[in-house]
Formats: sequence, structure tokens, C-alpha cells
Amino acid sequence: MRVLVIEDDRETAQFLQRSLRESGHNADLAGDGETGLAMARDGGYEVLIVDRMLPLRDGLSIVQTLRGEGTRTPVLILSALGEVDDRVKGLRAGGDDYLTKPYQYTELLARIEALARRPAPEQQETRYVVGDLVLDRLSHKVVRGGEPIVLQPREFRLLEYLMKHAGQVVTRTMLLENVWDYHFDPQTNVIDVHISRLRSKIDKSFAKPLLHTVRGAGYMIRDGSD
Amino acid sequence: MTALTRLLLSTPFRLALIYMGAFILAAGLTVGFIAWRANELLTTSVVETLRAEVVGLREQYQAGGPARLSAIIAERAADPGSSLYLLVDSAGQRAAGNLRQVPPELRDGAQRGVFTYIPQSGPAQGRPRVAVGVLFDVPGGLTLVVGRDIEDLRRFAWSMGRLGLWSIIILSALGVGGGLLISRSVLRRIETVNDTTRTIMAGDLSRRIPLNGSGDELDRLAESLNAMLSRIEELMGALREVSDNIAHDLKTPLNRLRNRAEAALRSSEGAGIYRDGLVKTIEEADELIKTFNSLLLIARLEGGAIAESMERLNPASIIADIAELYEPVADEAGLSLSVAAEPGLTLTANRELVSQAVANLVDNAIKYSPDGRRVNGAAAASPISIALKRVDQDIEITVGDRGPGVAPEDRQRALQRFVRLEKSRSRPGSGLGLSLVAAVARLHGGSIRLEDNAPGLRAVLNLPVNGPNHAVPVHAGQLREH
Repeated sequence: MRVLVIEDDRETAQFLQRSLRESGHNADLAGDGETGLAMARDGGYEVLIVDRMLPLRDGLSIVQTLRGEGTRTPVLILSALGEVDDRVKGLRAGGDDYLTKPYQYTELLARIEALARRPAPEQQETRYVVGDLVLDRLSHKVVRGGEPIVLQPREFRLLEYLMKHAGQVVTRTMLLENVWDYHFDPQTNVIDVHISRLRSKIDKSFAKPLLHTVRGAGYMIRDGSD
Repeated sequence: MTALTRLLLSTPFRLALIYMGAFILAAGLTVGFIAWRANELLTTSVVETLRAEVVGLREQYQAGGPARLSAIIAERAADPGSSLYLLVDSAGQRAAGNLRQVPPELRDGAQRGVFTYIPQSGPAQGRPRVAVGVLFDVPGGLTLVVGRDIEDLRRFAWSMGRLGLWSIIILSALGVGGGLLISRSVLRRIETVNDTTRTIMAGDLSRRIPLNGSGDELDRLAESLNAMLSRIEELMGALREVSDNIAHDLKTPLNRLRNRAEAALRSSEGAGIYRDGLVKTIEEADELIKTFNSLLLIARLEGGAIAESMERLNPASIIADIAELYEPVADEAGLSLSVAAEPGLTLTANRELVSQAVANLVDNAIKYSPDGRRVNGAAAASPISIALKRVDQDIEITVGDRGPGVAPEDRQRALQRFVRLEKSRSRPGSGLGLSLVAAVARLHGGSIRLEDNAPGLRAVLNLPVNGPNHAVPVHAGQLREH
């Protein structure tokens, strides 16, 4: 995956470039807003990582300009400003996701991978299939190995989100933001308990587990034979 | 600038001067006009009397000729305090009367006028006096002058004029003096405000503007300024407290982190130790970041920075969502979570912040409840209850547990930053949970209090239904559907 990192702090930028390379991605760097915008225009990147405060041109303006020109490349906005209002501004400018500094690299990686593989709205599937687990988004039914599984509404949404990102790491924060729409950090790890409940429903009576814990990062739903 | 020039340049004094000038001008014009009119009237009425007398004299002349006229004039002129008379024959000789000669002011054709004469008898003898006279010709070449002394009237008018002048001078002096006095008192009160602000700027934030208790507009201004100063002092205090707390409570984990990294570096046992040390260092750093985030959020809330993002929402759904989020956690700890929410309530608030506040309360309740699994294995033995109801103009959210509770004397302290009561030191957490709830409550114009749940602790969060102030505009588009 080709990633463009527009970040003015050299050390952060190089850390990201090195880490992304280790994760098998190719990252280019831009140190200021104008260079970043020019590179984003003709670079053919799959994901843009844009810092909010940049010299010459700020991050939100880059995203707005690109969106105004019809560029649909997914954008992850990085910012030290993390209040509700700042996030709303970032997303309204055309950003697809918003991550507050300081962040964990695993969190950033999970998010850009989710962004890069996000299908366009018109081609969203109505059925997700992972191994013998099937989730029907229209009838709200979940079936594994032919057996129906009864889920609470929130459990359904949790599973839906995990299956939409099947094969990708999904962090606890991503789940909290996308399934519960909370942007704060609960003191207890509530997500783990919800996951273990879900796991007991979809994995317990089956030989092959589908819902995996990725240590130090989050969770992933995946057919083990892949 | 000296005190005097400052006084003379002050707004109240200048206003007083302008007012005074206008007053004196108006008074002068009025007095002048009245004096002029009075003089006119007096002269006219005297002349009228003289005319009537002349008519009488003419009748005497027609009845008895020049001799009779002259006799009557001589007789009348002899009376002390009488009118003034002069009868002159055709040769220009005085025939009778108490005037020595025809006054020059009446000689050249003027029929009436004011003239001066010198009385030949009486107390004012020899001194010139003012009189009004009428001159007319009597058939037979005689000239008759009849006049009346108006010296006393003139004197009276003059003294009245002087009186008026003096009163204007005195009034002006009083006005200027009063203006100075008023401006000085106003100026002095404003000076105290200036002094106070200068002292405050120099660093003494505890100073306040003294009130004189009159409740006038300057007092009210001082009151508002004092209220503003208190708020600023409070904010500064909060800021100082934050920095003190950061210094005190963040240095400890930072130091721990540093020691751990140093120990790992010093160790000669190889990569495994390094790895462990780094993993722990990152964990510690993450905890620090969380604490920092909470602190920043509290500070921003207390600065009132997030007030614009309030919306009309349904508090029952907030409670239900948080209960749903925490239910598995409570269940795992062997606790039951019950929700009793009054339906149909609305609340103007920030959903995210109120959710976070309620989450913190529920989190605490779970953390401090005795493990339900060890108590007879019956979850109901240790329930956590969340209640929502309307009390007057407030939404009241209550989270109760059956844990050890908090002693009454510790309850206020438990709401402060970083305060972790001794009993809870061993449990995880930054000690910021409740103070965040308190900051959220304050931002919404509400409050948080801790009560005895007999047994256990009950946290009561009050939020005004209409938000921090009733002027918050609510647009139809802001209504959140749940």
C-alpha cells in the first residue's frame, strides 16, 4: 500500500515511514502543506496521513482542497487537538478518520488499513461471510455452520463492524468509536468484556475460532485457514 | 498630572461646568428681561399719572386763566414730596413751580422723557435726582412741565439688579464648588478602582474593590468587577492547582518510568530484559498519556471552552447506552445493574461529556463494589442502581452501589483532582474520575454530590434541563433522535 505522510516533525515522519515499511507499506514524506498537497494530487496514494498543523498550509485546508477537486483518497487526520469539536471539524473538512496525538503506532496502522480497504458507499455488501459465519445485514440474522446465532442489537453491530474489516486489526478505540459512538476512554476495558461475550456466542461451540485477539493491538475476525 | 488638573479634566467636573454655564446664561437673560420690562412698565404708569394731572391742570386753566393755574401750581409745589412742577411764561421766565428750569432733556420737542433735576428743598436738597416728566404748551404762550421723582424707584431697581448679579455670582461659585466636590468624590471612587486593578496587575489577585454600600451604579459596577475578579482568581487557582498536581502526581510515574528504562539499560542479561523493560515503559507512558488527557479535558471544561457543542437530547438513552456498555463488566464482577429512568425527559447538554461522566460514576461503582461472586454467589446481593428523574429544573442522575461508601468528612475531598482516598490507593485509576464528573457538571451549570446509600455510596449528578444558561439557542436540526 502506498501511503503519503504529511507531517512537519521530521522525527515523527521518519518513525512513521520506518514503521510502515516494516508493516509492508510504502510511505512517502512531505514536510509542509504545499508540498503535501502537490504530492497528494499526482501521487496515486491509497491513504493520506495528514497532520493538522503544518507550515505553509494547514491540514484541514489540504483535505478541503483535495475534496473540492474530487479526490476521494481516504484521509486520516492527526492532531494534538482532541476535543469533540475539533474532531467534528476534521471530519467535516472531508477527513475519513481522526486520531489524536499521542497515538500508538498499532492504532494508526489499524486505522489506515481499515481506511484503505473501505469499499465505496455504493458497493457495500449486504452479506458478510467469514469462514462458515454469515451475517446478513438486511435481515439482521447471523448463522454459523447453518446454526442461527441470536445476538443483542449491540452485539450484532459489533460483529458487523468486525466482519466488515475481516482480516484487519480492529482496535478497542475503533470499536468504541464506531460501534458505540463514544470518543472517550473508559477507565475499565469494557470492550474486552463485550468481545468475550460475543466470542462465547460465535466461537464457543465450534472447533475453529474466528475471533482472534491481536496482542497489543486489538481484535481480528479471520478464517484461520487463510 | 497633578491631582488638581486631573480633577479639572474629569468628566463630572466638565459636565458640571457646561451645565452651570447654560444655567447662568438662562438666569441672566431672564433677570435682564424682567428688569427691562419692569422699568418700562414703571415709566409708562408714571407718565399716565402725569397725563391725568395735566388734564386736571388744563381744566383749572380753562376755568381761571393763567393766574389760577399759577396759583394752583405754587400751592401744589409747596407740599413736601409732591410732584415736580414748572410753569414758564412766554418770556421764558419761571412763573411758578418747584423746578428751577425746563430740563434740557425735554426742551427739543420731546413731549415726555427722563431727566435729572436738583431739588431746591427737602432732605435731598442740592443733589441731582432722576425724574420722569411731561412738557406741554398752555394757550397764552405758557409752558407747563409736570414731573415725578423716580430716583427711589431707580435705586430700588438698581439694588434689585445688584442683588440678582450677586446671586448669580454666588450660585456660580456654589456650582463650581459643587461640581468640584462631586467630581472629586466620583474621581476618588474611580481612583480606588484604578488602585485595585493596579495592585491586581502587580500580582495580588485577592484584592477587591471596596463597596460603599449605597447600591448605586458605581457600586454595582464594582460588584460586577469583583465577581469577575473572583472568577479569574478561581480560574487562576485551578490552573495553579493543575500545575501543582502535574508536578506532584505526574513526576512520580515519570520517575518510575525513567528508573525502569535505566534499570533495563544497565542490566547485562540481554534482549529479554530489554524487551520487558520497553514493554513496561510503553505501558507506563500510555497510563501517563491517559492521565494527561483527563487533566487537559478537565482544565478545558473548567475554562468553559466546550459550551457551544450542547444539544437537546434524551437523557434516558444516555443512561441506557452507558448501562448497556457496562452491563457485561458488572455481570463479570458478579454485580447486577438496574436502571430506573423516568421516560420522556429532555436535556440540553453535550452527549459525549455527560456519557463520560455517567460512565465514570458507573465505573467507580463497579470498582468499589464487593465482588458479587464471593458473596454467596448471588449477584442481587450487591446491586448497582442507576436512576434518572426530573427534580424541579434539573435532571437528576443517581448512581448507587453497595460498596464501602465514603465517610461524610471525606466526600468533598473525593471530588478533588488526584485525591484517592487511602482505601482505594491499591486500585487502578488516576484519581481524576470524580473530578472530571464534577467539571462536566459545572460546565453544564449543574453539580455532583456524594451521599450515603445506606450502605454504600450514592453519587447524585444534577444537570439543569435547559443547559448552563437558558439563552442557549436550540435549533430544530440539533434535536438528536434516539
